[in-house]
Formats: sequence, structure tokens, C-alpha cells
Amino acid sequence: MSPWLFWPLITIAMVVVILGLILAAGFTVFGERRILGLLQNRYGPNQAGPFGLLQAIADAVKLLTKEYFLPGFVDQKLYKLAPVLVVVTVLLSFVVVPIGKGISFAADFNVGLLFILGLSSLHVYGIFLGGWSSSTKYTVLGSIRTIAQLISYELAMGVALLGVVLLSGSFSLEDIVLKQDIAYIFLQPFGFIVFFIAGIAETNRLPFDLPEAENELAAGFNTEYGGMPFAMFFLGEYLGIIFISCLTTTLYLGGWHGPWAESYPLVGVFWFALKTLALLFFFIWMRASVPRVRWDQLMSFGWKYLLPLGLVNIIATALISALWM
Amino acid sequence: MKNLKNWVGEITGAFSATLKHAFAERDTVCYPAEKPDLPERWRGRIILTVTPEGEERCVACYLCSSVCPSSAITIQGAEREDDERRYAEKFEIDFTRCIFCGLCEEACPTRAIQTTNDFEMGASSRAELVYDKSRLLENHTGKYPDFDYFKRAGVPIRGKDVGEGANEKPPVDVYTLLP
Repeated sequence: MSPWLFWPLITIAMVVVILGLILAAGFTVFGERRILGLLQNRYGPNQAGPFGLLQAIADAVKLLTKEYFLPGFVDQKLYKLAPVLVVVTVLLSFVVVPIGKGISFAADFNVGLLFILGLSSLHVYGIFLGGWSSSTKYTVLGSIRTIAQLISYELAMGVALLGVVLLSGSFSLEDIVLKQDIAYIFLQPFGFIVFFIAGIAETNRLPFDLPEAENELAAGFNTEYGGMPFAMFFLGEYLGIIFISCLTTTLYLGGWHGPWAESYPLVGVFWFALKTLALLFFFIWMRASVPRVRWDQLMSFGWKYLLPLGLVNIIATALISALWM
Repeated sequence: MKNLKNWVGEITGAFSATLKHAFAERDTVCYPAEKPDLPERWRGRIILTVTPEGEERCVACYLCSSVCPSSAITIQGAEREDDERRYAEKFEIDFTRCIFCGLCEEACPTRAIQTTNDFEMGASSRAELVYDKSRLLENHTGKYPDFDYFKRAGVPIRGKDVGEGANEKPPVDVYTLLP
């Protein structure tokens, strides 16, 4: 393909994918509200359109038409940068996720997993800076909790991922999926548990939504945001949930593997979407079921249980790989 | 190990409990489509009622306006030319002030002012929420179908002598009791 055709096509594809992901995030919000309603003897939004399906669009229009307000006491550059950082890092992470056999932007990127870990750390910077630059008590407390949370789960997450890397022998997500004839959840059950719990902490979801604990901190790090910047934080959070679900599917549930997925890539996309949706449902189900933990509980859990479990997991994986493979 | 068992039990218990609620009956009342079942003594929109004969019950005694904690009721009393019966020339309730406490209904000696179980009083301006007498007065007896204050007064008034009212026995002629 000539470069004159290649770049416009790539640009169009990127715009389509970004719009699709934003819509997916919007409908995740809608799905969350409906499912939370279902699990709490309510209905949830059911008025706009059939089954309330247009609620996502209505919310988006409402947030887009709100006034852009810049409080006088904020650090303006960082205040404006933070929401962008939150959304861009998650959108960038999707680049390396293979959603079907050969369907992705750069799934064969040879340090894909490290790329994701780096971007997830940057994502936390977005949340931290958003709270820090707002310079009020609630937002600063939310920021401090973000960092406390980050240092307690990040290490365990990396250690859990090393098990997958050991088994597949590659940092590239495409190779990891191709190697999964047996889904790694069966070979790495403890790794899966550690990674998934760390993933929940990463996305700031209940039971680990300490940076924005509504009952204690008003809205936590995004208290001073409104309108579109707030919507971007919201978008970043829900894109993060979708991304963690996609990543867990890719790394542990066999990615696009499933019946007929080898010969027809689109069937693989279907399997991938099915697994991701199941994980998304689990995220929402968990929000309805589990109460929030205290931040010191999260830290002690991260350091005293998750990290040792991850370490034991990787040592056992290494020993078994060295002895039998 | 026992701790671990407890934790796992707690977490799985929480998840199964929420899943059970997915199949439970909904608690929500889909309001505009489905009207809520209001009790009879609900304190909603306030009305003025009439006697079974169709005359206004209100005698402009100002008790409701005196008892009203938010001063929502404004009355101007007057007397009828022909039979000197008192009536309210003006009667206004400002529903932007009204707190629907029902004290006016309790204070009313003639059972003219009554609360209904209508609560759908939305309006697009404040002025619309100030109800004057034409919007308050309804041509029915409300909760007390056969109550007429003037027929139950214990004292003789115009048109009703002692003993002529409802539930009232004629006065005893004390001289008939003499031996």
C-alpha cells in the first residue's frame, strides 16, 4: 500500500475506533445503571428510548452543553491537562490489544505489555494531577489516596503479569494470545486473582474506589471539575474498566480463542467481546455487592497478601517451567 | 486458614445476595404511568367544600388563617345581605408557602376547608400557585357528606331554634317532671 493511502486510512480507522470506544464507555455507564437497578430492586433509567437505550446519548448531550467553568484558585495548566491525560492514556492502551486474529493496530508490538504498564502509571498521574491542581481539601485527599493506592497495587500487578510473560515467552500481546491453547486462567489461577484485584484498584472501582469515595470526599479528585472536563474523567474511568476487562480477557481468558475463531477472525471478535462483556458485568455486579474498604486496609492487603501471593506464584511458575518445559 | 474461609464466605455471600435481588419484585412505582396508592387522609391540595344543600360552608372565622404556621391563607370576610350569614368574600391560599401540615383542616369548625389526596399541582409560574376562591371552592361536600354546621349548632340561631337541629332532642319541659 502506498504511504499516501496508508496514513489517511489509518487516521479514519483511528477516528472510528475512538468514537466506538467512547460510545462503548457511554453504554457501559448506561448498562451499569440498569444492572445496578436490577440488583437493587429498581429499574434504572428506562424512559429515554427503548429500554432507556438513548440515556447514554442524553447524558453525553447534557454534559457537552454545560458551561465550561474554571475556578479561580486552580493551577490552570495542570487542571486542564489532567482530564486529557486520563482519556488519552487509556485510549492509547487499546492500540496493542488484539480483538481478533490479526485484528488490531499494533498487537505485535514487542513490548506491548510494558507499554500498557507504563501508560497505566501515566493514567494515575492524570487522576493525581487533577486532584492536586484543584487545590481543595477533598481533591488533595483524593490525590493522596490515589498515590497510596498506586504504590500498593502496581507492584503486585507487575509481578502477576510476569507469570504470563514466563509462560508465553513474549511481551507482545499477540504472541501471548496465540500461545494460549489452554487459557492462562487455568495455568495461572493465583496470577489471575492477583492481577484482577490489582486491576480493580487500577480502575478505581468499588471496593477500591478510594480516590473518589463519594461518602467521605464529596467526589474525591474530580470535585472541582464540571461539564466536559468532568465528562472526560468519567469517560477515562469507564474506558479504564473496559480496558482492564479487555486486558484480562487477552492475558488470562484466551483472548479471541474459541470455536471457529481460527478460520473466521470475526467469530474471534465475537468471543473476545463475549468474554469482555462477562468481565464488565462482573465489575458492575461487584459494585452492587461489596462495600468500600478503608485505605489502610487496601494498603495492608496490597503489601501483605497480594504481593507475596504474586511472588509465590511467579517463583512456582518459574520452577515448574524450568523443570517440565 | 479459618480467617480465609470467613472472608471467602462473606464475599461469595454478598455476591449471591445481590444476584437473588435481581429476581425479586421491583420496589419502584413507575409514577406517571402508574399512580401511587394514597391513603384517604393524605394531606394534598386544599379545597373549600359546600353543605349538602349546596351553600358555602366557610363562615370566614379566620381560624385557619390564624393557625396556619406559614401564613399562607388570606381571608376577607363579609355578611350576606338577605340572611346575615357570614361568608368569605376573598379566600386565597398561596401554595408556594403552604407546607401541607393540615392544621387548617383541624382548626375549621365548619369543616369547610379540607385536604384532598391530589398532589399534582405543578405550575410554570409562582402566580399560578396562588389559588383564589374560584379555584378552591368545589361543588361537593368532601369527606363529610351530610354535615351542616348550622344544623348542629347547640345554640339557637336564625332559622334553627333549640332542639330543631340534627342529632338534637327537643328541650325538656322541666315543668312536666314535677310531681
